[in-house]
Amino acid sequence: MSTIELSHVSRWYGNVVAINDITMTIGAGVTGLLGPNGAGKSTLLHMIAGFLAPSRGELTVAGAASWHNPGIYRVVGLVPERDSVYSFLTGAAFVRATAQLHRLPDPEVATRRAIGIVEMADAQDRRISTYSKGMRQRIKVAAALVHDPPVLLLDEPFNGMDPRQRLHMMDLLHRLGEQGRTILFSSHILEEVERLSGTIQVIVAGRLAASGDFRAIRRLMTSRPHVFMVRTSDDRRLGASLIGRPAVTGVELTGRGLQVRASDYGAFSRELAVLARDQGIRLRELLPADESLESVFAYLVET
Amino acid sequence: MFGLQGRVVAAITLRATIGRKRALLFTLAPLVLVLVTVALKLSHPERASWPVDILGLFGLTVVLPLTALIIGTSVLGAEIDDGSIVHLLATPVSRTVVIGAKYAVACALTMIFAVVPILVAGLIATGGATRLALGVFVGALAGSVMYNAVFVMISVVTTRAIAVGLLYALIWEGVLGNLVAGARLLSVGQYSLGIANSIARDPRLNAALTLSTAVVAGLVVTAAALVIAVRRLASFSLKGEPA
Repeated sequence: MSTIELSHVSRWYGNVVAINDITMTIGAGVTGLLGPNGAGKSTLLHMIAGFLAPSRGELTVAGAASWHNPGIYRVVGLVPERDSVYSFLTGAAFVRATAQLHRLPDPEVATRRAIGIVEMADAQDRRISTYSKGMRQRIKVAAALVHDPPVLLLDEPFNGMDPRQRLHMMDLLHRLGEQGRTILFSSHILEEVERLSGTIQVIVAGRLAASGDFRAIRRLMTSRPHVFMVRTSDDRRLGASLIGRPAVTGVELTGRGLQVRASDYGAFSRELAVLARDQGIRLRELLPADESLESVFAYLVET
Repeated sequence: MFGLQGRVVAAITLRATIGRKRALLFTLAPLVLVLVTVALKLSHPERASWPVDILGLFGLTVVLPLTALIIGTSVLGAEIDDGSIVHLLATPVSRTVVIGAKYAVACALTMIFAVVPILVAGLIATGGATRLALGVFVGALAGSVMYNAVFVMISVVTTRAIAVGLLYALIWEGVLGNLVAGARLLSVGQYSLGIANSIARDPRLNAALTLSTAVVAGLVVTAAALVIAVRRLASFSLKGEPA
């Protein structure tokens, strides 16, 4: 009933391919759509939400095509990325208007229920223009939930949220997922999804790069080779003993310090401090050299 | 008119349109029209030529299209620009209802902010409910219905609605309409003038079209513009990440 199905879906803009032949099925529970900026996450989410036509392939939500089909919004709730809401309305008025647009039999009850879910009852009578980023995001979720849809799509819902708001939103998504809803959200920040227990779909350069249980993929990501820059009181001596450790695959003396290649992130970070202490070497600085998201995702594509 | 959904869309549209700073703009031209009329009335007590100029040239061909342009392109265009339209479109509301409600609000606002001032100016200028005052009023009424359909359509079709609308009103209607006879046949301004002249019967209005031509062409243009607007809104797409 609430499954999202993509079969060989592609989307291109002129000569630029934004989404390249993606096939996937997203069922009940929380699913994260991850990938670096420009990978095509938004394009994919917009197509699923019925706000972009696929150039090729089949795309259905709850069994119906979403493009050119406003009826799909009876079963789909969408939380758009852009922060623009009718900010002159109060939170409650905005959710109530959405309930009326859905022609719900009792808009008042539906509004109260949706605002209760996102815990915004205290602020519901204030204008949205006075809301913080996190509150705006929550009132948008309330509007998207007002008709109790089995499918909820969220475009970058954690953007600009502080860690506490992020946690709150993640808990909310999990609660909704446990009720049997299909929750799909996009994100380009891995840390945002640390507490996620569901599945993820990783999109890189328009293709589906990895797909499956979040914990397994997370393990892959943390155990990937890391490069660190280390500055110590005696780079050469520390380098000599580091190369003897199994977790280290390469050491290079550079003008700026010691560049260390570690095959196991966890083991290296535990051993470095012990090693330095035993040798009486002082650690001055330890910097990850390749923490860019692109390198994380690129590694996922290779494995 | 469109049930609960239409009323909700109309109410939000009305508040959004009036609440924007742009709302100051569409009070400006009508204000100028009435003030200039009063000033002329005080300085030219009984000369017969100026009321036609101020009502026809300035009222019908400047104040009306400019006001309709600002209102017609903002009832929907502003929401498309800032993305808030997504909240409206992510509901099962028929796109015809969305366009219909927004178009109705645009027409009503244009009537309040342009047509009523034109009537007031007409009454002041001609000293009562004369044929000229009534003709220009009816022409403006019809013009607001036609112009808004065109400008609402333009705001769905292009993101540069104000620029395109200005080009249409100034270049197509203003310059080409005076030089090329064929352009008059596709000019909302000429339809309004034709309708106005059928009552006013004043050759100085320079109406090029007869009443029946103006009414039929006006209906066709209005209907076509609204149909295009609905179809384009049904294909409304969100842009992906910047490539």
